[in-house]
Amino acid sequence: MALYDNRRRRNSIAMGLSLAATLFGLGWLVLILGVLLWEGFSGLSLAVFTEMTPPPGSDGGLLNAIVGSLMLTVLAILIGTPIGMLAGTYMAEYGRYDRLTTIVRFINDILLSAPSIVVGLFIYEILVAPIGHFWGGAGAAALAMLVIPVVVRTTEDMLTLVPDTLREAAASIGLPRVLMITRVAYRAARAGLVTGVLLAVARISGETAPLLFTALNNQFWSLDLNAPISSLPVVIFQFALSPYKDWQKLAWTGALIITLSVLALSIVARALATPRRST
Amino acid sequence: MVDMALHASSAEIERAQSRAKVLDRLRLGDIAFRHLTRASAMTVLAILGGVIVSLVIGAWPALQAFGFDFLITERWNPVTEKFGALAPIYGTLVTSFIAMLIAVPVGLLIAVFLTELCPLFLRRPIGIAIELLAGIPSIIYGIWGLFIFAPFLQETLQPFLIGLFGNVPVLSALFAGPPYGIGVLTASLILAIMVLPFITSISRDVFDAVPPVLKEAAYGIGCTTWEVVRYVVLPYARIGVIGGVMLGLGRALGETMAVTFVIGNAHRVSASLIAPGTTISATIANEFTEAVGDLYTSSLIALGLILFVITFIVLAAARYLLLRLEGRVG
Repeated sequence: MALYDNRRRRNSIAMGLSLAATLFGLGWLVLILGVLLWEGFSGLSLAVFTEMTPPPGSDGGLLNAIVGSLMLTVLAILIGTPIGMLAGTYMAEYGRYDRLTTIVRFINDILLSAPSIVVGLFIYEILVAPIGHFWGGAGAAALAMLVIPVVVRTTEDMLTLVPDTLREAAASIGLPRVLMITRVAYRAARAGLVTGVLLAVARISGETAPLLFTALNNQFWSLDLNAPISSLPVVIFQFALSPYKDWQKLAWTGALIITLSVLALSIVARALATPRRST
Repeated sequence: MVDMALHASSAEIERAQSRAKVLDRLRLGDIAFRHLTRASAMTVLAILGGVIVSLVIGAWPALQAFGFDFLITERWNPVTEKFGALAPIYGTLVTSFIAMLIAVPVGLLIAVFLTELCPLFLRRPIGIAIELLAGIPSIIYGIWGLFIFAPFLQETLQPFLIGLFGNVPVLSALFAGPPYGIGVLTASLILAIMVLPFITSISRDVFDAVPPVLKEAAYGIGCTTWEVVRYVVLPYARIGVIGGVMLGLGRALGETMAVTFVIGNAHRVSASLIAPGTTISATIANEFTEAVGDLYTSSLIALGLILFVITFIVLAAARYLLLRLEGRVG
């Protein structure tokens, strides 16, 4: 009986530990979100959305940073999505069994989790150093480099899920492949493709590292992409590390805005993708 | 046939011609689209190639000036323009190592809970919650670490560790110095929280892929849940778990913002885990825009190159293992 007791005891210890680990993991989520909501909401006011980033010691908001972030994100999506979608299309439609597809998939998966700061250095080398000044367009290009792998991956996955019978039906009425892809496959996979773009937005909206030395920052209202432009993550970085209390407060509020938008995006993306999954 | 063709009205000929024209256009469109998509796929490869080439070119002056010494010297002096990467490399490896030491067992245990113990109706919500942790941008972890976590550690865990190991011969060196709050240990703990969801979600997926028959057979001969996990699930899922762990490691090595906030940015190699240190990515993030002089900039880019090479190897190995797994399962 001692053996049985021993085994039973060992089992309950291990299961207790795994329960504890889960509570531990969820605890961090609660702690981080809790603090963020507490600190962020106490600083949330209309002024945050209507006023510029202030000099230390005076009141202000995050308007220029929010607008700058939106511009960079939209531009990055506009650059990155077509390239990513077309590449994913090639991998799923034209070259599903190609050697090229295998290589691209492997490289793309690596780019998917490559350090974003290295992407920032790359864009600095090709778009900032030769021109001689920091500019918003370079920031958007850096973010686009992060959009591409996400979109490639989801496009390929979603197009692969489209049943081949649809393709065969399209081919049987004499549609050329380009129409079969754009009129049939894209439509069948629409929800999944939108999910990919949403995931890409979620991925880049909190990115700071690649913007530090491409778009830099701008304390004033500027929509000029050829000049340094402000963005929420970089402002949070700068304000949080400053010694000024009101700047730190704004950093928390900015952090709350980013987190809520990212969480909302991932939840919407998940809801869109769910009916397609069998689980 | 010939007669018919000769007698065909001009309208019919026109129709045939226009149909040929449309078909030609479609064929051309198809070829164009095919090449367009192919070129886009090539772009992905070009990005990787561009990153490597541009980093090597940018890093060349520093590598030429310092040679192999760059990798093994600790000095980092912008005034005299003498640079060595040892401290950031050391910091990157140590923080990632400690982070994995914590995150791997915890992540695996969560995966065990989710696949074996958790009531069915809770599985999805908890899984989603853990994945939401992965979606939180790293700068949020950074600001939280700086304002909440570091002061908390400064007052609780660090004095406790100093008191506990202060008189133990070897371990006292690991916890030497005053409790600053920020430092290598704090950065490692934040990294552990950040990679936890990656390890959990991949381990859960590979645990789920274990054929139920194997588990049922083990339960059938009277194994406890732990024994099933230990002797059936883990051996079967081994490759996938290692792949997931290395994917997490790749994230930890390259993580920038969360670490930059709490590491303290001190260019020295210190045995003490509670002393401030630096990592490759934190050094670049902190110093790049302020770097004056070509050699300084070039040294920072060389750091980026080293980081990219390390993460590339780790991520490539992770993907290779996961690919092999897919081949077996699929």
